[in-house]
Amino acid sequence: MDNRKLTIVTGHYGAGKTNFSVNLALDIAARGEKCTVIDLDIVNPYFRTADFTGMFAEKGISLYAPVYANSNLDIPSLNIPLESILADGGYAVIDVGGDDEGAKALGRFAPVITAFGDSQMLYVINRYRYLTKEAADAVQVMREIEYSCGLLHTGIINNSSLGAETTEETVRSSLAFAEEVSRLSGLPICATCAAEGAMPEEAPEKYPIKRYVRNLWEK
Amino acid sequence: MAEKSLMKGNEALAEAALRAGCKCFFGYPITPQTEIAAYLSKRMPKVGGVFLQAESEVAAINMVYGCAGSGIRCMTSSSSPGISLKSEGISYIAGADLPCVIIDVMRGGPGLGGIQPSQADYYQITKGVGHGDYHIIVLAPSTVQEMADCVTRAFDLADKYRMPAVVLADGLLGQMMEPVAFDDAEIIMSDASKKPWAANGHKNSRKHNIINSLYLQAPELERTIRERYERYAEIEKTETQAVADYCDDADIVVVAYGSTARLAKSAVDEARKLGIKAGAFRPVTLYPFPVNELNAAVKNAKKVLVVEMSMGQMVDDVKLAINCSRPVEFFGRTGGVIPAPAEILAKIKEMGGND
Repeated sequence: MDNRKLTIVTGHYGAGKTNFSVNLALDIAARGEKCTVIDLDIVNPYFRTADFTGMFAEKGISLYAPVYANSNLDIPSLNIPLESILADGGYAVIDVGGDDEGAKALGRFAPVITAFGDSQMLYVINRYRYLTKEAADAVQVMREIEYSCGLLHTGIINNSSLGAETTEETVRSSLAFAEEVSRLSGLPICATCAAEGAMPEEAPEKYPIKRYVRNLWEK
Repeated sequence: MAEKSLMKGNEALAEAALRAGCKCFFGYPITPQTEIAAYLSKRMPKVGGVFLQAESEVAAINMVYGCAGSGIRCMTSSSSPGISLKSEGISYIAGADLPCVIIDVMRGGPGLGGIQPSQADYYQITKGVGHGDYHIIVLAPSTVQEMADCVTRAFDLADKYRMPAVVLADGLLGQMMEPVAFDDAEIIMSDASKKPWAANGHKNSRKHNIINSLYLQAPELERTIRERYERYAEIEKTETQAVADYCDDADIVVVAYGSTARLAKSAVDEARKLGIKAGAFRPVTLYPFPVNELNAAVKNAKKVLVVEMSMGQMVDDVKLAINCSRPVEFFGRTGGVIPAPAEILAKIKEMGGND
């Protein structure tokens, strides 16, 4: 993964964007860098970056989310001062919600992001997500997101997982899929994500993660 | 077993419906179940089915009424406020003896309430939804895999007994992701020709079928209702389903359904680690309520605790089922607040579970 000031995280919903974004933000903060997380999810009502408000505050990570995220009001309102966040000199991670629909919200910021320059847009894939099990389908969703937001991806994050049931074999069985997505899209694999004990030796660009997005009965 | 996929609860419900031979979906979006409609809008045309976003919940349920009359497997889905709007149509479908599947992914109420998970519609769903003397089958899954399995069962039961069947979930189940496997790779197509009552066109080859819920002669209406209640008696005898964990030696049996059952089970597991004899009982069918299974589960219990994401609704059915043979206490959170396993454990301890 490149060390860019701005990282935009997209993907088919349920691929694990939020969990990846949380890991990335915590790593940036652990390096002693200033980090801001922007929850741009206007699609999903629950299980989103805004759930981590407490943890972020503890680690000194700033969080911007749609005003009504996690409230009872079903109105996606984007009050994100992206220009000033980027001008501030710190790092920023944007978690973009749900498919091409969610990426429309990102489109509004496309001119600012393009002008800023020091950014990467990473497409999170999960071989076990029902409708993107074929590499061609995953690439199609990726292109739909690009079309919808007017920005191009720069790399792929292989975040293949079966949630709590993920084993090393689960991740190993996804490596060929990730290579195929990379070949079809012409983009490099920037990271293979896996929790402790599930990372195969042969995985490219290993990125150890923790599973923060979980259910109450797993906590 | 087929390879597992990671799916959202709502997606699993939708995909399971396709696989169960549901050929028509009529719906109207509402959080937290909109993914069902979104998923079917993409997939239904690919399998030769019909996806139709109606102008309202009322329209959608009446489209289901018409479609069900033709014998084709059909479905609608909504969340609490939307189900209230559908209640008239559900009563008509039950009154016309038609099979269909309705998915209810509950959110907080009353009124517009909120978009967070809730179980405050237990009374509404299990007591019939609309007006009249009737029941509908209610299945309450607690995992994403079970959500998929329940949809198939709901279609089968609806066809078998010619009545609406509901799969009752809540926002938490609808939105969460878990591994799920579908047994059959092939999508089953339902066969309307095997339904002799269906109004599906016969080119004068038989007497015409009538779909109707209007009986102006009182004795005739009573006869129809009594015939229906014979079917309900059969359902209550044969179709109940429940899961009991560590109930045999339990002093306190914790009764919960749906996602709350997983939180309760987590609390019971903790209690057992502390040496507290707690058990977990989970009704899978809410109508028919698993009366015999519950009585067997509380046989050696001193007390019963009911946990719900509401102010307490199923607690009434639990008391009735065991004839108040033991004290029944209640713990619940409502309005979209999810009860934490630690809170449930505290209640178990408070009930004397640490003696």
